[in-house]
Amino acid sequence: MSVQTMSLSGRKKEVSNKKMTFWESLYLVAIVKGLFITIGHLFTRKVTVKYPEEVRTRAGIWRGQHMLKRDEQGRENCTACGLCALSCPAEAITMTAAERKPDEKHLYREEKYASVYEINMLRCIFCGLCEEACPKDAIYLTESKVLVPASYDREDFIFGKDKLVMPLEMAMANAKNRQN
Amino acid sequence: MDQAIILEKSIFIFTIFAITMLAAMYSTWAERKVAAWLQDRIGPNRAGPLGLLQPLADGMKLFSKEEFLPNTPNKFLFVAGPAISMSVALMTSAVIPWGDKLIIGGRTVILQATDINIGVLYVFGVLSVGVYGIMIGGWASNNKFSLMSAMRAASQMISYEVAMGMSLIALLMMSGDLSLKTISEQQAEWHWNVLYQPLGFIIFLVCSFAETNRTPFDLAECEAELIGGYHTEYSSMRMGFYLFAEYASMFISSTILAVLYFGAYNYPGMAWAVEHWGVNAANGIGIAVLFIKICAFIFFFMWVRWTIPRFRYDQLMRLGWQGLIPLAIANIFITGVIILWHDGKLF
Repeated sequence: MSVQTMSLSGRKKEVSNKKMTFWESLYLVAIVKGLFITIGHLFTRKVTVKYPEEVRTRAGIWRGQHMLKRDEQGRENCTACGLCALSCPAEAITMTAAERKPDEKHLYREEKYASVYEINMLRCIFCGLCEEACPKDAIYLTESKVLVPASYDREDFIFGKDKLVMPLEMAMANAKNRQN
Repeated sequence: MDQAIILEKSIFIFTIFAITMLAAMYSTWAERKVAAWLQDRIGPNRAGPLGLLQPLADGMKLFSKEEFLPNTPNKFLFVAGPAISMSVALMTSAVIPWGDKLIIGGRTVILQATDINIGVLYVFGVLSVGVYGIMIGGWASNNKFSLMSAMRAASQMISYEVAMGMSLIALLMMSGDLSLKTISEQQAEWHWNVLYQPLGFIIFLVCSFAETNRTPFDLAECEAELIGGYHTEYSSMRMGFYLFAEYASMFISSTILAVLYFGAYNYPGMAWAVEHWGVNAANGIGIAVLFIKICAFIFFFMWVRWTIPRFRYDQLMRLGWQGLIPLAIANIFITGVIILWHDGKLF
């Protein structure tokens, strides 16, 4: 087998430069063939996802917007140890720790909690290292399944606890599901 | 009597005008939908149900855009270009028989704006003026790309008019009449011309693609080489008129194809329907049948557009002069021989 004729894929087609006959030069047969190909596509399934109404199912390992989790009783898991901030390669996480008051036992699980917890979504690379570093199961990227929404101002991308902490209803619903 | 006929014709002409405009408007919508379907997409679906308000949104957008006038010495011609394109596209509908007749309040209403005995020649005359709209627009734009595009369009239209006229001569040899009304009446029931003139029909079809500047003959607006073609310098509703004229002429071309070759408003069993259901019902169905045929042709125009790429300029010229014209002449010859043989005058 010579180099000129070999075909690695087995699909090689020899191109011929033969002159077209009169009927071929009218292109009619070729066009009719083409028309049958395109009309077939009229009846195939459409691939479009109508985005705001339909959301494509996300993979199990999909990493979206971060969520600070609560436990079954609705208390925040985070103890402000700072391991997530330490592990973050993009240095997107910052927090301020505070001591739990006796009357706040229903709000925070540990004696120490994060009074301020901020993630700069413009810095974040969604690598998930914070989720891996967390010893308290507090921060998750895989659970929320939402995208970080677009905005016009850079300041809007610094997400505080108001946007990050899991909604209380969600925690209660989760706890209920677990009991059943 | 005179006033009644003036009123009748005015209403009829206005209706035809409105229908042509509406058809052109929704052709733009249909074009986008068909394009999407053939490419496994959904197409416009945001403006109104099924995106049906899309043409209105497009029109509003075009109206509200800035009207740019290039620095050209021919300001009048620049404005005249789209106007000619548009009026030519609308004028052709005057001689088309949209149906046979209706009887309203004892009056017989002929469903044709005017039945002139040279209807086919009129259509050709008006269609060939259409090239001036593009040429004048391209010339007055004072832009070399526009000018090149206009030259392409002009030479293409002139070349394909020859083949188009010749393909029609064979048809006229059979019908023996230039009136579109007579040609439609001759195709009663199943005697559609396409069955007698298949080759002539194919040549005429290909030429109407060229006459309407549709793919694969849309070299005049070849984006890759000529920016926007003859409407590069146009903006706002003047540009809209050019685009609109293309769809209007596509509608008219489909109508002419349906009238000349696909039996116009005739359908099998029309005589039976006239006898049993009355003239009005039978002709109502006839009008509907004509519009179904027109829609089918418009769909075909779009289907072809999303199937084949445009021809190169030399391929276009070779197909026109060396392909279609010899075929059309052969078609005339064969038709002549068969007519003579049928009349017993051969041998």
